[in-house]
Amino acid sequence: MTELPHLTLAESQALAKKRRGRNIAMLIALVSLCVLFYALAVVKLAGKMGTPG
Amino acid sequence: MTPAAHAVAADDRGDIASPLSPLSVATDDISTARDWLMMLKPRVMTLVVYSGLAGLLVAPGHIHWVVATAAIICIAVAAGASGAINMWYDRDIDAIMRRTQKRPIPAGRIAPDEALAYGIVLAVTSVLVMGLATNWVAAALLAGSIAFYVFIYTMWLKRRTPQNIVIGGAAGAFPPLIGWAAVTGDVTLMPWLLFGMIFLWTPPHFWALSLFAHADYERAGVPMLPVVSGAKETRRQVMLYTVALVPFTLLPWLLGYTGLIYGISAAVLGLGFLYSSWRCLNDKQDEAGVSLTKDAPAKSTFKYSIYYLFVLFGALVVDWLVMAV
Repeated sequence: MTELPHLTLAESQALAKKRRGRNIAMLIALVSLCVLFYALAVVKLAGKMGTPG
Repeated sequence: MTPAAHAVAADDRGDIASPLSPLSVATDDISTARDWLMMLKPRVMTLVVYSGLAGLLVAPGHIHWVVATAAIICIAVAAGASGAINMWYDRDIDAIMRRTQKRPIPAGRIAPDEALAYGIVLAVTSVLVMGLATNWVAAALLAGSIAFYVFIYTMWLKRRTPQNIVIGGAAGAFPPLIGWAAVTGDVTLMPWLLFGMIFLWTPPHFWALSLFAHADYERAGVPMLPVVSGAKETRRQVMLYTVALVPFTLLPWLLGYTGLIYGISAAVLGLGFLYSSWRCLNDKQDEAGVSLTKDAPAKSTFKYSIYYLFVLFGALVVDWLVMAV
């Protein structure tokens, strides 16, 4: 089995900062996607409601 | 390693903090959000979004702004997905070329299989959302543009022929076509003219760049025109394609699709492009075609070509706005 690397405190903090950044970016992407889908659904439904028959 | 360091990292993984637990630092732990953004080639995305938006705006018909925004996002994400798959496939030559050595995959910050998965997920998502938000003609064109860039350009042409840019350039010419189709649900002559404009613009734009940046391609064994046929032939080709491009850009005006604002802009901008290419063709050079001016005219032609396309499509939109009022 491969020996796993040991990190210093500074390296661990840097790693945590990178992970936090990635998580925030993922959160922004997912929330944006939800907002987009919601807005699209509203627009599509409103369009159908305006169509007779 | 200090216990505090263990605690930080172990807590990060959701593990029980123990001063004895070793830390695993996988490749995905090294990448940052910026690396994943860089995988999408944001600079290329700018032109794609701009030309896609122009196609969407000048198309006849009405589209709700929310749907239009979704369409533009899909075009941007699809272009980014193509870029990510391209970076996955080209990771061997990217590691050799100075310009691309710092990209996330050759630099070891993102694992190749993760990059591929990222590209595929984004490509499939963008096509599906485009289909659901607008129509399936636009979605099919979007899928076609991704397939063209990945399979025809990246995997087939790029490493085989110096004409890679000419045929591969079609992939970059799709966005106005897709933008148009997102509004109308079909594709008529005008969007094909916009397609043709970018198609003919790509060779002089890219070959002007390759005149002063071909050392990288040579090192990586990519058969760019200056590497295979020399600088002299490349300058001649830049001139020839500019001569073909300029009258072509006048067609939307001559056929009555646009007004005078676009027509005059296309003519004036075209004369500037012709002059720039002419200077490039007549650059001071030795018998082998090597520039004696450090490729100054090629550099200015490359810069001009970027402004040219932005202003040309800008004029198209302004013309449409004026005609709409």
